[in-house]
Amino acid sequence: MSDKILEIQGVSKFFGSVIALQNVSMFVRPGEVTCLLGDNGAGKSTLIKTLAGVHKPSEGKYFFEGNETLFESPREALNAGIATVYQDLAMIPLMSIWRNFFLGSEPLQKNGLFDVENAKRITREEMAKMGIDIRDPDQPVGTLSGGERQSVAIARAVYFGAKVLILDEPTAALGVKQAGVVLRYIVEARNRGIGVIFITHNPHHAYPVGDHFVILKRGQILGDYAKEEVPIDHLIQMMAGGADLEQLQHELAEATGRGS
Amino acid sequence: MTDERVRQMSLANRLLTRPEFGAFLALVVVWVFFAIVAFDNNFVSWVTTAAILNRAAPLGILAVAVALLMIAGEFDLSIGSIVGFAGMAIMLLITPAEAGGFGLPVWMAVLIALIITLLTGFFNGVLVMATRLPSFIITLGSLFIFRGLAVAIPRLMTNRTQLGGFEDYDSGGWAAAFATKIEFGGARFDIAIIWWIVIAAIATIVLLKTHIGNWIFGTGGDANAARNVGVPVAKLKIALFMVTALAAFTVALIQATQLNSADSLRGTLKEFEAIIAVVVGGTLLTGGYGSVLGPVFGALIFAMVQQGIIITGVDGDWFRVFVGGILVLAVIFNNFIRQRASKR
Repeated sequence: MSDKILEIQGVSKFFGSVIALQNVSMFVRPGEVTCLLGDNGAGKSTLIKTLAGVHKPSEGKYFFEGNETLFESPREALNAGIATVYQDLAMIPLMSIWRNFFLGSEPLQKNGLFDVENAKRITREEMAKMGIDIRDPDQPVGTLSGGERQSVAIARAVYFGAKVLILDEPTAALGVKQAGVVLRYIVEARNRGIGVIFITHNPHHAYPVGDHFVILKRGQILGDYAKEEVPIDHLIQMMAGGADLEQLQHELAEATGRGS
Repeated sequence: MTDERVRQMSLANRLLTRPEFGAFLALVVVWVFFAIVAFDNNFVSWVTTAAILNRAAPLGILAVAVALLMIAGEFDLSIGSIVGFAGMAIMLLITPAEAGGFGLPVWMAVLIALIITLLTGFFNGVLVMATRLPSFIITLGSLFIFRGLAVAIPRLMTNRTQLGGFEDYDSGGWAAAFATKIEFGGARFDIAIIWWIVIAAIATIVLLKTHIGNWIFGTGGDANAARNVGVPVAKLKIALFMVTALAAFTVALIQATQLNSADSLRGTLKEFEAIIAVVVGGTLLTGGYGSVLGPVFGALIFAMVQQGIIITGVDGDWFRVFVGGILVLAVIFNNFIRQRASKR
């Protein structure tokens, strides 16, 4: 496999007395999906924001394309090729797909006007490359389903030359079918040589697409496993914390037993 | 992959999704209504058409600028006050020193007044962006500030709140450009109508065919999301406040040349009339959605109702009742068709 495109080593992040992340190390290679798994409160959001250039690490090192780097702003990270698609998206519901797609990076004609025809054509083509046939680029994004919106956001990041794609719970609010659609784009992006960091709390979504799995718990890395070395049951166990889950199963069984 | 839910949208549905469609329909309804009711009062004539357009033009110029600002998600309640302020600024700079003014040549007075007026917009914009307060509150404050200044400064300097005599100093060019009457079909059309069309055309191109237009929609739709993808939201909004001030200045100049004077109270309530025209024109109060053509229709409806009531001889007191009713109906209607059109 090729070299790591993005890597953090021993990163900690403190907010006052709160330790949000402690001694966290992880990486992603081009053409690979690194799944970051963690339950609520594990520190996923802080880690994403640190990777995306929103937060600066309190301790530790950040490497991008082999060089130690410190991004001053998310915009700087984006310009370097690290695109983050947040859960609440950067999509504007009332605007059409093509207007959303090019917001902030509008293609211009020679006369300085917005190249609307090209914008529509590129939007349609890029979406088609990701395997989605948009009905009408003039359609407002608000009329798209959650999965389709995620896909537009991913396609946009890919089109604007993302080398690393950070996806913050892209499947969280989606139904089974919709989640499947998004997972396919994740694979599609990976196949195009992009390093994907896929954040989720759902091992069932992570397992089919991930190449390796980083488990985050209470601000610390519990482990980093290649797909070959960890079966899905094991993954679920580790994520939830095996003992807690067994306890829960026990309690549930008791409760159901009493009910019937 | 094809989506099994693909459906060809009908032409009617496509039209319905356009923000200006409701206003266009309302315009037709209002026209037909008066054409029937006021036919004997000569509603369908060049004279009445000219009267409507002459009335609509200044309001329309304001509405076009207000529309851009409202699509970007901000209000400007001070625009009427700025009309009065800008008119007084022009005349005060022209009025000779012995009458308490500055006695400047007209071109210099217009230029300086333009710069001062643009600064009022800049002031509004910077204050809104710096305080992060709703522009409704900030410009409600500046509504009083600029109206107050438009009364207080001329009174202090000239002891008057009306300053006349523009034509005494104008060598003819300004009046020709802003106050010419064009004879057509036995009626007299103001040249302001042409300014209105030109301004609306430029605004439409900016909104629909430039990257600035995309930024305007994006900023109004979700300022944070727009900022995240690199749209200079603060600069854009400040510039749009200056555009509304520029529109107010244009109207002030038209009135100063047409009426040959300025009055501290000119432009009173124009801010609300402009907002009515914009909202009737299908622009969303919360921003992110709208057009330039819609407010153009909105201004036409406003002027048409006003003129229609005048010529039918109905007591003018009823005008406000009609306008208020139309505003509420238009918003309900627009909401209804927008929801229908965006649902599949």
